[in-house]
Amino acid sequence: MSITVDRKKLSFLERTYIPQIIGGLYITFRNMFKKKVTLSYPDQRPTLPPGYRGAPTLVKDGDGREKCVSCQLCEFICPSKAIRVTPGEIAPDGKYSFIEKAPKAFEINMLRCIFCGMCQEVCPEKAIVLQNEFSLTGLSRAEMVRDKAALYAAGGTMPDKIKKWSRVKSNAELERGDH
Amino acid sequence: MYSNNLILFAAAGAEVSSVWDSVLNAILMILFSLIAIVVVMTFAGLSVVAERKVCAFMQGRYGPNRTAIPWVAAVPGVGGILRSFGLMQLVADALKFLLKEDPLPNHVNKPWYLAAPAIALTPVLTVACLIPCGVIYTDSGKIPMAVADVDLSLILALAIGSLGAYGAVIAGWASNSKYPYFGGVRASAQMISYELTMGICALTVAIWVAPITGKPFSLFSIADSQSGAMWLCITQPLTAFLFLVALFAETNRLPFDMAESETDLVSGFHTEYGSFKFGLFFVGEYGHVAVASALFATLFLGGWNPLPGLSWPADWGWISSVLCVLTFLVKVAAMIFFFIWVRWSVPRFRYDQVMRLGWQCLVPLALANFVFYIILRAAIA
Ligand code: SF4
Ligand code: SF4
Repeated sequence: MSITVDRKKLSFLERTYIPQIIGGLYITFRNMFKKKVTLSYPDQRPTLPPGYRGAPTLVKDGDGREKCVSCQLCEFICPSKAIRVTPGEIAPDGKYSFIEKAPKAFEINMLRCIFCGMCQEVCPEKAIVLQNEFSLTGLSRAEMVRDKAALYAAGGTMPDKIKKWSRVKSNAELERGDH
Repeated sequence: MYSNNLILFAAAGAEVSSVWDSVLNAILMILFSLIAIVVVMTFAGLSVVAERKVCAFMQGRYGPNRTAIPWVAAVPGVGGILRSFGLMQLVADALKFLLKEDPLPNHVNKPWYLAAPAIALTPVLTVACLIPCGVIYTDSGKIPMAVADVDLSLILALAIGSLGAYGAVIAGWASNSKYPYFGGVRASAQMISYELTMGICALTVAIWVAPITGKPFSLFSIADSQSGAMWLCITQPLTAFLFLVALFAETNRLPFDMAESETDLVSGFHTEYGSFKFGLFFVGEYGHVAVASALFATLFLGGWNPLPGLSWPADWGWISSVLCVLTFLVKVAAMIFFFIWVRWSVPRFRYDQVMRLGWQCLVPLALANFVFYIILRAAIA
């Protein structure tokens, strides 16, 4: 059995459309005195939520060691091909020489980067992190390509919970096989 | 055209020869007209800012509050106020219109295309000269503060005001492309439909004030008949309402901006216009709003009188005159705010709805209202 729902006929006043207009005018008038939702941007800064994906940066660990081991995974995963890693070796006489590799040069072209966060996800060393910086400007294209120094300067330090490299102290230890 | 003001100023110039009199008259006439133009332009400019600010406030935004002219913004106090009220944005907008490239499309009918913006703007400025914005009390009586105090100023204002539609029509036709053409056609159709309502409402007012004053078609005497008496919006609420609706249609403001309706006609009649020529249309539209507000204030809101049943006392002399002008300006500003307020509250009607509303509701209502007030007037008299 089909049921026809009773539909209320519009009253005469409703058909004149005037009460609706007055209602609308009332709403817009009230809105004028509400708190503004606009953020006066350069003066006021937005509060960024945790997990915000800003510009990718390189970070050091608690001891000031550069985490990146120049495995180039980020370079290969980057969908917009923004990253160029030039792998290099760590000098054999250094404290961390047993890690063997570190980037000789590391460039992220911020004109290409799409802030997708793939590099951060793929990095085995948690060395590349998208942080809070969202307003990037430059006067030339070259300026927008951030080199290694700039990336570290923007990244700062980010200590790891698990210090996997401190379990191995030196190359000598490695050779003895007692880790 | 004949102006009482000139008599006043000529009297101030003492007994000079009649040749000098007429020269003085001519100069004063030009001067007053220029003042009227400046006032209307200022109001148009301020309405643009007001529109941007009010719509922003209604939408929870701040509106323009950054534009700053360096050394003006540096003035303590004033600079900050000018800046946050968006008044310097006005200068920026005007400069933009002036300095932009002024293209002349190849496919247009050039003379008319060029003439249209001026045709749209001129009637507005002309009507502005007719509106009395106050009164000067002298020993010999009241002298209206209008550039041209014509006995038939109400009729003249309606007649010239509606010529503004030609701006839109000619622009639409001369642009020689689809959307402007539709805009022009709509503008003319709408103008014809609502002009009728407006005319009937004006007549209703005229017959109402006819027994009170000798000149029922003069804006000054209509406004003057409301000083110390009830305002016409109280004695004739329906007339005022119908006139207001027709004014919205006449000024091409939302909810009746058929000629421009950017959702279906790109930008309507001024689609093909840019830079300064567009600026003229733009200023013309806001000038139209300002003048329409002034007209409504004169006819229905008691002109320069502060409250219904009250008027500034005549024995205060020039103080009274200044108060009159201020009261009038406040009323005009309030009306402009109302225009803006409605624009940001009410969505646009469909074209057929506009036509239906005009012919099937407003015109019969206005006629019935007219007949009612004739009978009422006769009954009272
Ligand atoms: S940042 Fe991470 S993924 Fe990229 S090269 Fe360095 S270690 Fe590998
Ligand atoms: S965030 Fe995405 S686009 Fe940017 S560098 Fe990392 S992987 Fe490439």
